[in-house]
Amino acid sequence: MNEVTVIGAGVAGLAVTRALLDRGAQVRLVDRNGPPGAHGCSWWAGGMLAPFCEGESAEEPVVRLGQRSADWWDKHTGLVQRHGSLVVSAARDHSDLKRFARRTDHFREVSGPEITALEPDLGTRFSRGLFFDTEAHLSPRAALAALFESVTKDGAQFEVAEVALEAQDGLVVDCRGYAARDATPELRGVKGEMLVLRCPDVDLTRPVRLLHPRIPLYVVPRGDGIFMLGATMIESSASDHVTARSLLELLSAAYALNPAFGEAEVIEVGVDLRPAFPDNLPRIRRDGPDGRVIRANGLFRHGYLLAPALGEMVADVIFENATPEMMDEAIA
Amino acid sequence: MRAFYGTHLSNGFMLGTAQSPSPAILADAFQRSGASVATVSLRRESGQDRAGQDFWQMIQSLGVHVLPNTAGCHTVKEAVTTAHMAREVFDTKWIKLEVIGEEDTLQPDVFGLVEAARILTEDGFQVFPYTTEDLVVADRLLHAGCEVLMPWGAPIGSGKGLNNVFGLRAMRAHFPDVPLVIDAGLGLPSQAAAAMEMGFDAVLLNTAVAKAGDPAAMALAFAQAVAAGTLAAEADPMEPRDMAAPSTPVIGKAFLS
Repeated sequence: MNEVTVIGAGVAGLAVTRALLDRGAQVRLVDRNGPPGAHGCSWWAGGMLAPFCEGESAEEPVVRLGQRSADWWDKHTGLVQRHGSLVVSAARDHSDLKRFARRTDHFREVSGPEITALEPDLGTRFSRGLFFDTEAHLSPRAALAALFESVTKDGAQFEVAEVALEAQDGLVVDCRGYAARDATPELRGVKGEMLVLRCPDVDLTRPVRLLHPRIPLYVVPRGDGIFMLGATMIESSASDHVTARSLLELLSAAYALNPAFGEAEVIEVGVDLRPAFPDNLPRIRRDGPDGRVIRANGLFRHGYLLAPALGEMVADVIFENATPEMMDEAIA
Repeated sequence: MRAFYGTHLSNGFMLGTAQSPSPAILADAFQRSGASVATVSLRRESGQDRAGQDFWQMIQSLGVHVLPNTAGCHTVKEAVTTAHMAREVFDTKWIKLEVIGEEDTLQPDVFGLVEAARILTEDGFQVFPYTTEDLVVADRLLHAGCEVLMPWGAPIGSGKGLNNVFGLRAMRAHFPDVPLVIDAGLGLPSQAAAAMEMGFDAVLLNTAVAKAGDPAAMALAFAQAVAAGTLAAEADPMEPRDMAAPSTPVIGKAFLS
């Protein structure tokens, strides 16, 4: 096996690199912007490893493949927090909670007092919820850094460079996310906006989702009084600004969760594009001269949940000449 | 079916394109249901530099009539700006005009609606106003130049069906020549069938399909309900009556045995 070049050091590229190293490949990991950072959309993620909750709107493969992600991240980073996830709604939106329950599984219904017991800082504001006790979360930036360190320590050669994919020797895996749109016309961007707050007055143990017919919100605790609030989903390929309306909606929802968020310090406002195919599922595609370019893309809002499976499947393509389920040929 | 600004639609099922789990599922819903019109809401931020065009191209590729809307606009100015953006993006004079007046019920600001309808009509738009069943407002909208009216069934996204059947019947009777579309509030196909049976020309819905567990199947169910209701209206339904009317004569039967 010659050297494999992986382009893009976001969550997809790192997971692919990890999988290739584990099968004994020599990997060259290239990113024109340097190690994982604010230039990649993985940086802005929520980091919820919540396959069952995602089943509310995602297709079956997301739920099935996503179930492996918590163990994978634990093995490779040791940063996984296994405290489940909690889903609540205001009394007027209980019909949304009922629908969420019908569309998902692996949860138990929790009453007001049980919600208070799980998350004392939600007080008595919620009388009904769903608790997905097997789900987990992690801090995406710490996880990216840990994974980057693990792959470079295990021999991946990292380069900061702009490279022409077709000009490389040997196999190339294109993990550039939305930047690969030039080569992947049906890829679209789905804009997401998020906020990071510092609010020492609130203590949460696990991600909390607040259902709302128009403005669903999740809050992910990062520890030390830091919270990530996410995330909007807008059909737009412009990631140059966050709108006042999105901030208003996110903050209003957080305020409804706990009015103490009104006093929080806004420490970060983020925006980027999730790369997505029309069915919002990832794809692996052979492309380029002699099929030497393998495009792995379209993780949409499931980067941390599905990157481990994506990485394994890319390795299956390269080492087993297999046609895993994310491949175009398997789907067509 | 009455024509919509001169356009004859193949059926009275108009389907919204928001909130679908994925564009692929949305396309499937259109394909299975054969809906004749796709409404699409334009966020002003997506219009700048045509940032939303990946999604819009997908909608245009559905091969149905596109009815852009001004969803989420709260003022006349916003609605007019959004309408202009929509005309440029979709190259159509059609605009579904929403001017929201109240945040909780999302009911139309009928005063702003009439004003925006007048401005847009004068500017060459063909306006589909989202309104209530109020006859006086309807009349003002027609005077402002609208040739189609879209009364609500119930508040947007509520799934409550036809909230004011009496008012909607009165509207249908009052404007026999105007194409009327029940817009918003439908949750079930039976409600769509009821609207068509009452003589409405079309129904427009979004949430009931997008939030169904199987959106494409639900879209098909609505299409079949619309077809059934349309056929029933054309077939001249019987009048209800207070007493039983036997479907077979009783004379000659041994009814005393």
